[in-house]
Amino acid sequence: MGGVIIDSDIIAVRLHGRGGQGAVTSAELVAQAAIAEGRYAQAFPSFGPERRGAPVLSFIRISDKPIRIRAEVTQPDIVVVLDPSLLTIVKVTAGLKPNGLVVVNAKSAEAVPAEIRGQYRIAVIDASRIAKETLGVPIVNTTMLGALVKASGIINLESVAEPLKYRFGKLAEKNLNAMKRAYEETISEEAANV
Amino acid sequence: MTKRVGMEVSVAIGEMVKMADVDVVAAYPITPQTHIVEHIAELVADGELNAEYVPVESEHSAMSACLGSAAVGARTFTATAGQGLELMHEVLYVASGMRLPIVMTVANRSLAAPLSVWGDHSDVMAVRDTGWIQIFCENGQDVVDNVICAFRIAEDNKVLLPVMVHLDGFHLSHVIEPMLFPEPEEVKDFLPPNKYPLPLNPAKPVAMGDFAPPFIYTEARWAHETALRQSKQTILKVWDEFAGKFGRQYKPVESYRADDAKTLLFTIGSFSETAMTAVDALREEGLDIGLVRLRLWRPFPFEELRAVVKGAETLIVLDRALSVGGPGGPVCSEIRSALYDANPRPKIVSFVGGLGGRDITVDGFSAIVKRGIELAKTGSDREFQMFGVRE
Repeated sequence: MGGVIIDSDIIAVRLHGRGGQGAVTSAELVAQAAIAEGRYAQAFPSFGPERRGAPVLSFIRISDKPIRIRAEVTQPDIVVVLDPSLLTIVKVTAGLKPNGLVVVNAKSAEAVPAEIRGQYRIAVIDASRIAKETLGVPIVNTTMLGALVKASGIINLESVAEPLKYRFGKLAEKNLNAMKRAYEETISEEAANV
Repeated sequence: MTKRVGMEVSVAIGEMVKMADVDVVAAYPITPQTHIVEHIAELVADGELNAEYVPVESEHSAMSACLGSAAVGARTFTATAGQGLELMHEVLYVASGMRLPIVMTVANRSLAAPLSVWGDHSDVMAVRDTGWIQIFCENGQDVVDNVICAFRIAEDNKVLLPVMVHLDGFHLSHVIEPMLFPEPEEVKDFLPPNKYPLPLNPAKPVAMGDFAPPFIYTEARWAHETALRQSKQTILKVWDEFAGKFGRQYKPVESYRADDAKTLLFTIGSFSETAMTAVDALREEGLDIGLVRLRLWRPFPFEELRAVVKGAETLIVLDRALSVGGPGGPVCSEIRSALYDANPRPKIVSFVGGLGGRDITVDGFSAIVKRGIELAKTGSDREFQMFGVRE
């Protein structure tokens, strides 16, 4: 268990995915889990029309106090990358705080660009493989949640179960399994050059 | 109602429409209002809300269908945004002129061209004079609470006017956040059944929205004006009663750290929360600043506005709409007009920003305040400042 490594009053997370991968659902589930824990949270997509396959963003804020900011997250504490192909076409670490964390769907830490590994703590999970094996489809939103929770501790894994059941109905159990498996298999690595 | 629930604000509106036990919903989906009517359609289809959902072919028809259902005394709800609100425009006047208690949530959106689905207040300001009661919300909780209050206000036999509840498109409509929900029984208790005094009934024929020649039209408009102005008494009463029951107090003009502040920042809608965070930061820096938010847009809260600005030297007003070729921001225009005879009269600086969904961050608000204070001293050759524009 990584424990909470973030010292911000408001923990801000930016998720990078592609339309259809469920980055918005991931954000929604985390916020609902945090709210169920009695905390305050926001989740929202990068506003506007969505296109399947195009790079998309979603955002989460979590705090122990009411959150009085209504703007996109530009200086995240944590970045989650749902699609490894985005690592080379989008600057996923833009605005990321110096002690920030990058949670990546990748086959191994070696697949993460050296400049990211050098500067930031990373957590790596082969979410595409787990999602395919557990769910039968490469939709990694719930799998990546397991990795995010393991590496950051921003919410308790158990808190996700209820919102996940509500959101996924009869597919909830498979998604819960994918999330738990990712939680077990996530590998964290400190920044190499700090 | 003790536990906060995390839900998308649009979905929460659907839940409140269900608790209000609405009879008729006639709506046409449009971004960013879509999730509101989608959820209501789901509730009706699943049998959770026993209402007639009328899927019309346009917003003009949506409001027209609402006229009919409200006229027979059915509790009536609709929702729209941006272009949709403009397409209803002429029917909005009919709804208020006929004194029909329709409740409509508007997920505020900018207007084309250029095409933008994102949020600002262009749509609201274009329907400013339609004779509806208009309430602004700054977070999900405000929306949940004010949808229920809106039915109480609209259907009160002293009011009988339609009510718009405004929430910023995307910035509010698409955010999942914690909200407290009342129990259905509590809502039932707070919101008695709609008793429209003169419902259309074939057995007792009446004429509504009749022909008004010059000898009576002025009187009809004056009656409407009087009714809208006097509705404030009922709005205050309903908000007080709501506070007594649910513990959250709404007021026509609300303020934050504004007591005796020399400089006041004015906002409307969801930007108010970010502005509060900026006020905290500016106070840390030693600035004597507070925030004032207009919650009630119509009827315009003249007295409350004059009371809150007493003693302030500078007002900085941020509008999210532009009166093109005119004085800049519509909200600032009205504030200037309301305070023209005030003595002493504060300096008023107008900013327009956050158009078409553009964020204004905490730092952005701080920049607006600092620039505003400077301009209050130096003056400007412009009626208003366009915040953050690339010229």
